Order: sequence, then structure tokens, then C-alpha cells
Amino acid sequence: MATSAAKPETETLRTLPGDDVRQILWRFADRYDLQMLVQSSRSVARGIVAHLVAEGARNTHEWTERKNELLKAYDDAGITAAFMEPEEGGFISGPKNLALSLIAHELAWVDAGAATGSLAGCLALSPIHERGTPEQRQKYMSLAAPAQPGEDRKPWRGAFCLTEPIPYVGVDTGMLNGKVRVAEWNEGEEPMLQVEKRGRFITNMGFANFATAAVDTADERIKSSCIIILEEGDEGVFDRGTPTRKMVHQLSSTSDPIFSLKVPASRIVGGYTLKDGVIVPTYTHSEVIEAVFKRTRVTVAVMTSAKLLSAIEPVIRYQRGRFRGAEQATPGTLRYELGLQQREDVLHRLLDVWAMGEASAALAFAAARCFDVVDPLEKEKTRILAEQGIKGGKSELKFFRSVTKEALEFLDLCAKPEDCRNNVRLLELHENKLVQYAILDSVASVLCPAAKLWNTGKGSVLMREAVSLMGGYGITEDCPGFLGHKWMDSQLEATYEGPEAVQRRNLTVTMTNELFLKQFRNWIIEMRAIAAHKPGTGACTLATAMQLWMWTYNHTQNGTDANGNKLYHGTRQAVTFALADALCWLLASRQQILDAQELEAKGPDNPVVAEGLAGTLQFMTDLCHIQAAKAAGEVARICAELVYGYNRHPAWDEDGYKGCYQEQELEMLEGVIPGFSACATDVIGVDGTHPHKEGPCPSCRGLSGFQRIRNKLDGCLTGVMLAKDRAAESLQTVMIPEALDYPM
Amino acid sequence: MSTPFQIVVCGGIVPDPLQTLEPISGPAGPSLKNEMMLPAVLDPWAGHALYEAANLAKAVPGSKVYLVSLGPKAKLQQVMMTVAQKVAFELVAVDGPASGFTDAHEAAMALAEAIKTIPGLDKSKLLIFGGWESASRGAGATLQIIGEMLGVTDQFQGVDRIQVREDDSFEILERIEGGRHQVSTCAGAPAVLGWATGYLAEPRNDPQVGMANMRTIMPALQKAKAAKVGAEGLKFAKVELPKQQRQTRIVKDMAADEIAKEIAEWIGKN
Repeated sequence: MATSAAKPETETLRTLPGDDVRQILWRFADRYDLQMLVQSSRSVARGIVAHLVAEGARNTHEWTERKNELLKAYDDAGITAAFMEPEEGGFISGPKNLALSLIAHELAWVDAGAATGSLAGCLALSPIHERGTPEQRQKYMSLAAPAQPGEDRKPWRGAFCLTEPIPYVGVDTGMLNGKVRVAEWNEGEEPMLQVEKRGRFITNMGFANFATAAVDTADERIKSSCIIILEEGDEGVFDRGTPTRKMVHQLSSTSDPIFSLKVPASRIVGGYTLKDGVIVPTYTHSEVIEAVFKRTRVTVAVMTSAKLLSAIEPVIRYQRGRFRGAEQATPGTLRYELGLQQREDVLHRLLDVWAMGEASAALAFAAARCFDVVDPLEKEKTRILAEQGIKGGKSELKFFRSVTKEALEFLDLCAKPEDCRNNVRLLELHENKLVQYAILDSVASVLCPAAKLWNTGKGSVLMREAVSLMGGYGITEDCPGFLGHKWMDSQLEATYEGPEAVQRRNLTVTMTNELFLKQFRNWIIEMRAIAAHKPGTGACTLATAMQLWMWTYNHTQNGTDANGNKLYHGTRQAVTFALADALCWLLASRQQILDAQELEAKGPDNPVVAEGLAGTLQFMTDLCHIQAAKAAGEVARICAELVYGYNRHPAWDEDGYKGCYQEQELEMLEGVIPGFSACATDVIGVDGTHPHKEGPCPSCRGLSGFQRIRNKLDGCLTGVMLAKDRAAESLQTVMIPEALDYPM
Repeated sequence: MSTPFQIVVCGGIVPDPLQTLEPISGPAGPSLKNEMMLPAVLDPWAGHALYEAANLAKAVPGSKVYLVSLGPKAKLQQVMMTVAQKVAFELVAVDGPASGFTDAHEAAMALAEAIKTIPGLDKSKLLIFGGWESASRGAGATLQIIGEMLGVTDQFQGVDRIQVREDDSFEILERIEGGRHQVSTCAGAPAVLGWATGYLAEPRNDPQVGMANMRTIMPALQKAKAAKVGAEGLKFAKVELPKQQRQTRIVKDMAADEIAKEIAEWIGKN
């Protein structure tokens, strides 16, 4: 096939993307509160955090006085208060998911342990924030808020103590080891409860003043499990335990506490009611955790993205200066100016790291923004359901069946051209809060586990690549950008808030939601439309890969394996988990493309971005293309394994022979159609001989649709290596600062 | 108690010092390569002036701090995300170039005009603060010209400390040679103070202070007037950055005194 002769002139990336570009990509260009929060978090990260890491503070598991300075730095910079509402001492009103994600991104750019410590305080408060009584919220938020000018008090710190059965970490949130029973219950007085709880791997315990702990009932006078607030001044044992000997994240305090405390029943998060002499917690521990973990995983996902993006500048600096100092590398020579970047290998590998970093950040920030929209809608939903007296899982499910129907109608209308649809009905459904909640929640519920699973899991693999690009320097303690630390740290992030299997399991439930699948189908059309007006983004490649995933998903829903067993089944994780993994690649790539679209749309309005927009946009677009191709490859591999892998391979037996030509038969046909025998592959000789291979090639009956899409997908990769070459050229010439803005 | 001051801090923006700066010739004269795309910071010298101003305003109740800044609007907005968190002030923005290749007289004229437009500015309470020097191609002249244009002739340069007395006069420490200070007494406002480094550390970022400041900063940026400040008529024969030098020699077991001696000799030779 001929290729076009003329090489078009394109702009290259002039400088590394700055704050203005990021603000557009991650949609906070109009949020001055968040921009300031980014700056203040950055000053902490590249100040005290970076110095602590450089001084070797990570070499001890103990929570030292020096590490303790971090807490004050968080307070001073407004990081602690970012979680709170203005009336509680905060400065940002409304949902905080994007704000917390941006903090995590800035801190993890230098050290994810520091980010973890800051987020753990929010995690401890989250059960109270999401499900606490007004009194609990008022008390603990006020205590945890940093002191205002003129106030003389130390803010309280919290720890979140879930803990699955010890000695393990992160197994199953449903299986608790903590117990609560009634200690005293005098007539007319509030019951006093005895809480026995042993924690494992609990962050912030080195200094926590209170812990929100999950406990199961061990008393017939308490109906269910609950989350309960434990304070250090409570009667009994509040033992912080021994520090966990982590190999990673040493700038967060982690230990295995022991609690044996007597506390009033009013500490049950969300309160309780009394029914026939039994304490009935308003929320079980699972209900509280569901509300909390629904969104907190996003911030962890952001942490690994920050690692990948933070690796770019140090790697470029190292590679360019690799030979300087040697006699043979004199200024002005390629060896001196470009160092290792004279050759494709390091350039292309770094582009893989960068593309993944962009995609994972795009995915996580999209999830955070989505939750910022869902949160108020969820409150509205709760209010409406309460008004209508609908409470509990089954009645809520029943109620939402009709809402789902309307939501599907809304999505159908959205997909139609403007002049061919009922716009009055569309507006009506658009204003229906429950419909909008159902639609957005179905997406948020997928994006959150997807970001957590993919960003951390695949991110840690690419971090290894980043470290390898530094040569031996990468695994030294003085590696610029602390890349070696980050590589190890990413492994812990992959297991935070449940091991990867938890996220995969979560996804296999949420991705089958018909509302999500409907939107997913619409996204395929959306990607084709983007490709039509902006070729070279990889959107068309991605659309084909999404089609392939959808085909495979449908196939597994109805298909069976060679033994007649259903393919898609809750317990068949080899199928469901694999499809979940493939989906993550698609979601991340799509979001990256959408972000590049946003930059194209909004960039020209910002004079700072506009100056080099052509080059920046071209580079970001090329990164999208690179990532889309990578995603397509992964999805194609996974889907092909699922589609073909559960069919038994034909053997050289009676059944297998049925599909083969006999030698004599071929000779006869050759007489009628000359050259025919050359087309036959599986030929059985007169003496029963057959070709040297496993068996006759399998038949693909029923799979032609898959083959067609997969074949098309290969063709869709056209141009990706040209994009990579173009982006590599940008890497060679991009201007980087004279030095990193934090120490080695 | 002293009479409250109206402190006007003149402070420009400069590229973040960690960035690679490469002078180039553009259509509008000399400039820096990719200047708009490089992150900018408040000129560190102006920063010292601003923090000292805020400290003085805190010590003299009723005082108010204005930051008058000339720079591209979009870059000013970016820099304000950090500066606004440091101390309380009101921004007066002037939209114009900040490359360091502008003429000091033109820049001073634009800033002086902007100061004159500050509503209710009382010259008898006016203190004009700024950097004694600049991290851009500063001639150290802009602040003095502003003072002259506004008729403020009590001027002090290289200031490290101001101490206000009960009678509204103040004592000023100005840097002189040999690491010593010259002590001056000024009868009172108005005066121009070109700050050296002062004694104050950079305040921490506080988003809550920032949120309060942004209520006035955003409108100020929106109504910033464009100033015709350029390098028209100026001709730069040659512009280049100092070249980095690296002469490394690895030695073992050398006494600190010997190392110091050798370095001192090397510096002497250059």
C-alpha cells in the first residue's frame, strides 16, 4: 500500500505541560480555590516532604518527631481543612473529590506515603461525614479542623480501622474481628458498650486521637455490626501498637493497634434506635463502608498516576546528560546534547510511560469529577426516597427499576440527532434528578474501581520501566525524582483498600449495569465522531477495540465452554475479571482522548497555553494515539483468549478428520479446479498421515463477527508508529528546567 | 499609635529561576524563548517588599497593602494563585510585558499611572515599596523613577528594616558596603523604600488567605488596563545568559583547609 509522499510539517512540544495545561485537561481552570490548593500542596510536597525523603526519613518505621512536622505542614497549607465545609473550618464548599485528588497528586508527585498520611485523616472522618449524626459531624469535624487564628488548640487526628481477620491485610471487608457488646445499661441511661478490636496495618495510628473502627455485634442486645468512634481518653486500652515494618510509604504512620474500650452507644456512627430492648445501629458497618469506599479509592489511583508523570522530567534530564563529563562528549555534539536520546529505544519507552501516566490521570480525575456531580444528586435521591417512605435494599431496587427505564429512554434520546428526537421529553428527563443520578452513578461506580485497579496495577509495571530508563541510577537512593522509592510504593497502592481482586470483583458487578452498557455503546459512536473531525487521536482505533470488547462481552453472556459450562458467571473469574481488566484499558484511553479534546477546545482562550498550543496539542494527541493502540492490543489479546480459549482444540481423531480434506479427494478436485490443492492446509494422507501440528485448525463457526472486528482492529493501528516517531522528536527537543524543584 | 499607612508595593513577575532561559529576537524585539509557557513567580525582591509591607500593615492597625504589578494578565493570574495565599493585599494589575527587556522609564510611567488611579489614595500616608533589585534584567531604576513621578523624594534603597516610631517617623536600615547598614531617620510618609532581602522569611501558603484575596484579585485582573510598555527605540547589541562552567576534579583525603584554600585561589584567578 502506498503512503503519502509529503511529510507534513508539525509543531513539537516546546515545554513540559505546565499548570495551565493541566487545569484545562483536568477541568479546574475556573476553580481558583483548587488552583490555590494545588500550589499550597505543592509547596509542602516539594518542601518538607522532599527534604524528609532526601534526608532518609524513610529509613525508619517509627513515627519520628521530624515526620511529625508533616502534620503541621498539612494544617498550615490548608490540606487538612480541604476536606471540611466552610462552617467546619474548611474553605471549599461542596463535594471535595477533585480537591482531594489534586492534593494526592501533588503530594504523591514527591512521596505517596505523605499523600497517604494526609488522606488517612480524611478517611477516618469519612464515616462520620457520610453517615454520622449531625452531632457527631459537628464534634469531630470541628476537632479535626486546624486551629483558626487566635485559637490555641491542637487539631485532632483520626485513623480508620476496618481490619479484616488478622494476621492478614486487605482480605474481605465483610469479615470482621472486632466485637462490641453491652457493658452497662442502667435504666433511663445511655448504654455503655465494650469494644474489643485489634487492628492491622492502620494508617495514622502513631498519633491518632480517635479511630473510627468497624466492629461486629457480640451481644444479642445489639442488632448488627457498626462503625464506632473510639477516643484516646476512653476508659480502657487505647494501645497504638507496634509500627508496621513496611518497605514502602514510610512517611505515613502505620501500626497494629489494640483497643479494649468502654464507650457510650452514642459513638455508633449514624446513631441507633432502641427496639424491644435491642440497640439497632442506623447503619451496619458495610453500609458505612460502602458510602466511604465508593469514592476514596480514586485518590489512591491518582497517586500512581502522579508517579508516572513525575518520572518524565528526571528521566529526560538523566538521558540527555548521560555522557556529559566524558572526554568524547564535547559540547555541541549529539552525544553531549542528546545523550541516550539519540536513539529510539529510550524515547519510545519513555513515551509509553508518559502515555500511561496521562491516561491514568485522565481516568482518575474523571472519576473524581464524576463523584463531585454524583454526591449532591445522591443526597437528593436519599431525600426523595425518604419522602416517599422507601427504605431498604429491595424496595429501593424495585423503585429504581422504573427510574432505570426512564434513564435508558434518556440515553436513547441523547444518541439521536437533535432534529429527530423528542426534545421536550429529553429536557424533562434531563431535569429529573433521579434519572440523572442513576445514569451518573452507573458510570462513577465503574470509573472508581477501574481507576483504582488499572492505575495502580498497570502503573506499577510502567514504573519499573521508568526506573529502568535511569539505568543503575534508578535503584539508588539518590535517584532524582525518588523513582526507585516510587516503584516500590506503587505496589502498595495496588493493594490499598482491598487487593486487586476486590476491585475486579466490584467491576464485574458494576460494568454489567444496563445503564452503563448503554452509555458504553454510545461512547463507541462518540469516539468515531471524534475521529471524524480529529484524525490521529486513536479514537477510531479505540472505538473498534470497544466494539470488540462489547462483542466479547455479549458472547460470554450467552456462550458456554467446551464442557457446556456458562462462560460469564459470578464465580468464573477467569472470564469476568479478564473482561474487567480489558474494560479498564478502554476507559482510560477514552478519557485521555476526551481530555485532549478539551485542551483543543479551551486552549486557545488561555494566552499562556495558546502560545505553544499547536505543539502541545500535537504531542498530547500523539500520546492518545500511542495509548489507544496499546489499549487495543491488550483488549484484542484478552478478548481473543476468551473467545477462542474455551473451545477445545480439534484433535487428529474421527471428529477432527471430518473437517479435513482427504488426499485422494484433493487430487480429484485439482483435476476440476487447478491449483485448488494449494489452498488446503489440513490434508489426510491415504495411509492416515497428517501434518505435524496439534490437530486440524479449529473451525470459527459463529465467530466471524469477532474475526472481522479483530482484523479491522489490526488495520486500525495504521499510523501509530508514525505518531510515536513524531512524539519522540518532541521528547528530544522539549525544553526542561535547569534543575528539579526538589532535592535529591 | 502611628497613623495607618497606605503601602503600595510595586512587584513584577519573572520566570521561575529553575527554568532554562534563552534570549531570542522576536517580532517585538528581544524576548525569552517560550516565555509565556514557562512558569512564573513574583520577583523575589518584590516578594521581600510585599512580606515586609504586610508585616508593617499588621503592626500598624488600619494600614492597607496594595500590590501594583505590570505583566501579562494571564501570567499575573497564574502567579497570584500562589502569591495571594501569602499575605493580605489588594491587587492593581497592569497588562503589559514582563520579559525584562522593557525600558525602566516606560515601566515606571505605567506603574505610576496605575498608582494614581487607586481610589482614595492619601499621599500623606503613602509608602511605596519595591525591590531594590530585580531577578529580571533589572536596572534598579524603576522604583526610583516611580517615586520621582509621584513626587515622593524621600527614597531609601537596599532597605533591610523599617521601624516606625510613635511620632510617625521611622528609622530605616540601608545596606552599605562591608555588610554594614546605614541608619536613617525619615520624618514620615510619603517615602520610597527599595527593599533588599529584609529579615522576614517567606510566609507559608494559606489557601484561606488566598480565598479572601481572590475576591478582589479576579475583578482587578479583569479590569487591568493595557500599558504600552516595550523596548521601542531600544537596541540590544547582544543578549546572552552567563554560561555554566563545570571544572570538576575528584580528590580523596584532602583536608578541608586545603580545599578552601584552593577554591579561594581559583576564585581569585577569575
